[in-house]
Amino acid sequence: MTGNAVPLPLTGRERRRSNRARGFRLGISKLGATLFTASLAMIFLLPLGYMILTSVKDNSQIIALNAPLWPASPQMYAAADGQVYPLYQVPTADGGLEDLALVKPGRIVTTFIDPNTGQEIQWQGNWRGLSPVWSSISPKFDNFTTVLDTLNFPMLLRNTLIVAILGTIGAVASAVVVAYGFARFRIPGRNGLFLLLIMTIILPFQVLLIPQYIGFKALGWTGTWLPLIVPHFFANAYNVFLLRQYFLTLPRELDQAAQVDGASPLQILWSVIIPQAWPAIIAVALFHFFFTWNDFFAPLVYLSGKPELATMTVGLQAFNATYAASGTGYLTQAAALMALIVPVAIFFLAQRVFMRGVVISGVEK
Amino acid sequence: MVIVEDRESVYVPPPRRIPLARREMWWGLVFLSPWLFGLVVFTALPILASLALSLTNFNILQPEGIRFIGLDNYGRLGNELLSNGAVGQSLGVTARFALMSVPLTIALALGLALLLHHKLLAGKAVFRTLFFMPVLIPLVASTIVWQGFLNGSTGWLAQILHAVGLPAPDWFQDPAWALPGLVLLGIWGVGNMMLIFLAGLQAVPTELYEAVKVDGGGPWARFRNVTLPMISPVLFYNILISIIGVAQYFTQAYTLDPGGNGRPGGSTFFFNLNLYKEGWAYNNMGYASALAWVMMFIVVAAALILFRTSARWVFYAGSDR
Repeated sequence: MTGNAVPLPLTGRERRRSNRARGFRLGISKLGATLFTASLAMIFLLPLGYMILTSVKDNSQIIALNAPLWPASPQMYAAADGQVYPLYQVPTADGGLEDLALVKPGRIVTTFIDPNTGQEIQWQGNWRGLSPVWSSISPKFDNFTTVLDTLNFPMLLRNTLIVAILGTIGAVASAVVVAYGFARFRIPGRNGLFLLLIMTIILPFQVLLIPQYIGFKALGWTGTWLPLIVPHFFANAYNVFLLRQYFLTLPRELDQAAQVDGASPLQILWSVIIPQAWPAIIAVALFHFFFTWNDFFAPLVYLSGKPELATMTVGLQAFNATYAASGTGYLTQAAALMALIVPVAIFFLAQRVFMRGVVISGVEK
Repeated sequence: MVIVEDRESVYVPPPRRIPLARREMWWGLVFLSPWLFGLVVFTALPILASLALSLTNFNILQPEGIRFIGLDNYGRLGNELLSNGAVGQSLGVTARFALMSVPLTIALALGLALLLHHKLLAGKAVFRTLFFMPVLIPLVASTIVWQGFLNGSTGWLAQILHAVGLPAPDWFQDPAWALPGLVLLGIWGVGNMMLIFLAGLQAVPTELYEAVKVDGGGPWARFRNVTLPMISPVLFYNILISIIGVAQYFTQAYTLDPGGNGRPGGSTFFFNLNLYKEGWAYNNMGYASALAWVMMFIVVAAALILFRTSARWVFYAGSDR
C-alpha cells in the first residue's frame, strides 16, 4: 500500500493514532463490502418479494397502471345516492391534486363528486390519465383460501408427504447399509464397483426412463405411488458417496473394540457407526426429502390420469396451466408460495447440516 | 487380541470356520446387495432394454405389435436433425441454452463464492443461506415466480426498466427472449455450485497467497496463479454437473408450455420436451428410446472430452498428475 516508503519510527501516541485510523479504514471497507453483498442479495431475492406481495394483491391492482408496490385496494366513496364511486387524484386549478370520486367517466369532460362537499364537479380532461387513490397496506389473504380450495392443497400436501417420507426411509436405510459395505469391508473389485457407482451419476435419466416405465406398467404399478417410492430402496449413488466419505472419517478403533466384544457387523453398524454419523444421515434424509418435493417428471408420467394421487409439483403445474393465462397471476403466485413454504422452512431449520452435506458430496471427489 | 486368542483356545472348541477374509467379503457383499440389485434391475437392464427398444417400433398402447425395424428410428432421427425438424430444433434450443447458461452460472457461482469468501465481508453465514435458499424451491414453483416477475407489463423487472426509461422485453412471450429468460431463472439455482466453490476456496492453503504477496503479486496474480489452479478440480466437477443438468432439462420448459411445443414459437422446445411428446403423447416408445440413446451418447461424449482435456487444466494438489 505504501509502496517502498521506509516507515519512520513512530512515537507511542502516533502509533496509537495510526492504529485507530487503520481500524477505521478497515471498518469502512467492511461496511462497504457488506452493503454491496447485501444489495446483491436483495436483487437476487427480488422475485421472492414479487411473489409474496403479488400473492396478497387484488387483481384490479395488478393490471392497474401506477399502482403502489404494496398490496392495496382502490379507495371508494359512498355517495348520498347510495352508489359507490372510485376515488381518483384530479389536478386542481392551483396545480395541486385533489381526491375526487369518479361518477361519469368521459374522454373530454369527466364528472366527479367532491367527497368533502358532496357537490358535482365537471373536469376537463380524459379520466384515463388519472391515478386512482390507493388505500394503505391491505393484504388480501383470501387469495390463499381460494388456492387452498381450488388447488386442493391439503390433498397434495398429504400425497407429497407420504411419498417423501416412505422414499426417505428407503433412501436412508439403503444408502447407510451400502456405504457401510464400501467403507469397511474388503471385497475383491471394490474400487471398480465404487467407480461404477460414481459413473451412474452421469447417466442421463431419460435412458433408463422408458424401460422402467414399461416395466412398472407391466407390474400394474403405474397410477400408484410405488414407482416413486420403491426404486429409492436400492441406494442412490450421491447418498452412498456422501455417507461413505463420512464413515471413512470415523475411527476404526471403536469398530474393532466392538468386534473384539463379539459384535456382528450388523450390530457394529447399528450401535457404533450410526450413532456417530447422524449429521451425514440427516443430510441424506434432507436430500431425498427435497428431491421428492421437487421431483416432477416421474410423478407426471406415473400419476397421469390420477389427480387424486398427484404430488405438489404436478398439482401446482396443472393449477398454473389453468390459471396463468386467465389473468389471475396473483392466484398462481399464492399457490407457488404455498408449495415452497415447506421445503424452505425445513431448510432454515436444518441448514447447517444440509449445506455441509452438499459440500461433502460435491468437493471430495 | 491376546484376550481373544485365549478365550478361543480355552472356552471354544475349534469350530470349522470360514477364513476371516472370506467372511468379510460375504458380509460386504450382503451390505452392497441393495445397490447391486438396483444396479442390475434399475440401471443395467433398462439401459440394455432401451437400446433394444430403440431398434423396434414399440408402441405402449399396442405392445403386441412390436417389430424389429433395425436402424429405422435412427434414420428418422437423422432426417429430423438434418431437415431441422423436431430433433434439429430441440437440439438447437438445448445447445443454445447450454452455451448461454453453463458459462454464466459457473462465472456467477465462482464470483459469489469469492465474494462470500472475502475477509472483509461480515455476516458470511447469513449471505450463504440467502444465496443458497432458492435452490430448495421446487422448480415448478420458481418457474411460476419468474413467469410473473418477468411479465412484460405487470412484472417487476419490466416496471423497473420502464421506471428508468429503458425498454423491457416481454420475456416468456417473445421467442427471442424466452431462452434468456430461462437462463435468468437458472441463475436462481446457482447456490449449489456456489457452496462447492466456497468449500474449494476454503481448502486453499493461505501460505500460497502469502508467497504471491512476497513476490509482489496483486489480487489478479493471486487469483490467476493460486486460486484458479487450486480450485480447478471443483471447477471441473461443476462444469460436468451443469452439462448433465442441461441434458436433463425438462420441468421449467414444461411448466412454461404444458402443450410441449416450447412456446413461444418453439423457442423453448428442449430435447426432453420432444422426447416426452414422442414417448408419452404419441406413445412411440421405440423412437423415444432412440432419442434417449442419442442424448446419452452426447453426454458421455461431452464428459469424455472434458476428462481428456482435464489433464491440461485440472491440477490435483498432492499428486503427480
